[in-house]
Amino acid sequence: MTDLRETPLAARHRALGASFTDFGGWSMPVRYTSDLAEHHAVRSAAGLFDISHMAEFLVTGQEAGTYLDFALAGSISGMKIGKAKYSLLLSDAGGILDDVIVYRLGDERFLVISNAGNREIVAEALAERTTRAGIPAAFTADAEDEVDVFAPGHPSNGAVISDVSDRFALIAVQGPHAREILAATDGVEGLTPRLEELGYYAWSGGTYAGRSLFVARTGYTGEDGFELLVPNALAGPLWDALLAAGSEHGLVPAGLAARDTLRLEAGMPLHGHELSADILPAQAGLGRVVALGKGAFVGKAALESVVAVDAPVLVGLVADGRRAGRAGYAVLDADGIPVGGVTSGALSPTLGHPIAMAFVPPALAEPGTALAIDVRGTRIPATVTALPFYRRTA
Amino acid sequence: MTDLNSLKYTDEHEWIALDGDVATIGITDYAADKLGDVVYVDLPAVGSTVTAGDVCGEIESTKSVGELYAPLTGEVVEVNDDVVADPSLVNADAFAGWLVKLRVEPADVDGLLDRAAYVALTGGEE
Repeated sequence: MTDLRETPLAARHRALGASFTDFGGWSMPVRYTSDLAEHHAVRSAAGLFDISHMAEFLVTGQEAGTYLDFALAGSISGMKIGKAKYSLLLSDAGGILDDVIVYRLGDERFLVISNAGNREIVAEALAERTTRAGIPAAFTADAEDEVDVFAPGHPSNGAVISDVSDRFALIAVQGPHAREILAATDGVEGLTPRLEELGYYAWSGGTYAGRSLFVARTGYTGEDGFELLVPNALAGPLWDALLAAGSEHGLVPAGLAARDTLRLEAGMPLHGHELSADILPAQAGLGRVVALGKGAFVGKAALESVVAVDAPVLVGLVADGRRAGRAGYAVLDADGIPVGGVTSGALSPTLGHPIAMAFVPPALAEPGTALAIDVRGTRIPATVTALPFYRRTA
Repeated sequence: MTDLNSLKYTDEHEWIALDGDVATIGITDYAADKLGDVVYVDLPAVGSTVTAGDVCGEIESTKSVGELYAPLTGEVVEVNDDVVADPSLVNADAFAGWLVKLRVEPADVDGLLDRAAYVALTGGEE
């Protein structure tokens, strides 16, 4: 219970009656009222999430793209300004140290957002990779007091990587009403491009209360929505303004419990569950994220040499009834022999039946394959299904 | 109205209301809040016998699984089919969301916690 970090919004969560949980070293709201109600609100209207625990890194300089091409699995230097890209930080062995989203802010400027619990691992890896990228590169563990996400960094003919996590809060507005809510939020000004022109996996820049506001049309719920990066000091006022604007659009604050069932329905992996340093991208269905055709990058040699045809692969499982398989439960084949394990599972609030993600042998990964989950001694029949479990219609 | 002071409790966050030799058992609001939204309950069969301290059922929320411990030894005389059909009753109303009724030895309830002891256990919440 000691040394848990709090976000700049902690007092607001307490005032809203939230229950808290330890997540990645942070005390985070797990629910405010009912996790099911919060889940349904995001599917039908909108939810407001504090995700300030997530880690942010700025990468700037003439060779910023070159550096990220080396440090990450995807082709980053080829990204268009204004776009976002899902990518992976691999180990030399090709395992997944973390999954990240990269935003191209400018020719020589990128924002990388990683998971809270992996901040130290990501920071260490990004620092270590400055010495191997073949360009002049430097890592600064803590940014200066004031960081403007859009202001030019220190001019560099190489790459400078700054951990700016402690400077910024991140707030997500997710759900079919997210855009109208953000458009109606007091103090949000000058977004370019305008929200109605902002594509999915793209970002827009503007101001909130006169300070730089970064708005990305990304999320972790399977709904349309936005993630807003602001300096810590503005997190509270922005949270309040969003809640006020959302009051007539069904917006509710939503906690990590709802966030987890939402991302699970959307088939989105969570590092520490579906992804880990022991899992290769192809096992998790993320082979497309790896740009083997680009130049050298960390993990490339291993991925080119490993032939793991029998390695377990990630699948979706659906079952009848209400008893959900949960992380760590065994997956059984038709004969009741353990063949794999559940990484995440829940009774799907949207679908009304149990869903799970699990690793199973490739021979049992075909949709339609009949398996079972050992739910505390009871064999619950489960069928392999294509991910995601839920896809929004609009 | 249920008089909370007439109830007994366990450190597994169950409440027990004794009427004659029939004990009605549910989980406390405190426990329901900690669990989150209850989505599934598994209760013992009517006619079966449960033993104090043993697991006799399960309560699952979206996020976790809680075991239901028999607070007393006795025969299951009734289970709450309403709560099986609609587990959210456990969150909505701890008393409407009762789980099982046991025929017990009335004197056995003396070994359970009284309300003051339970409230002390939870740090003032119930």
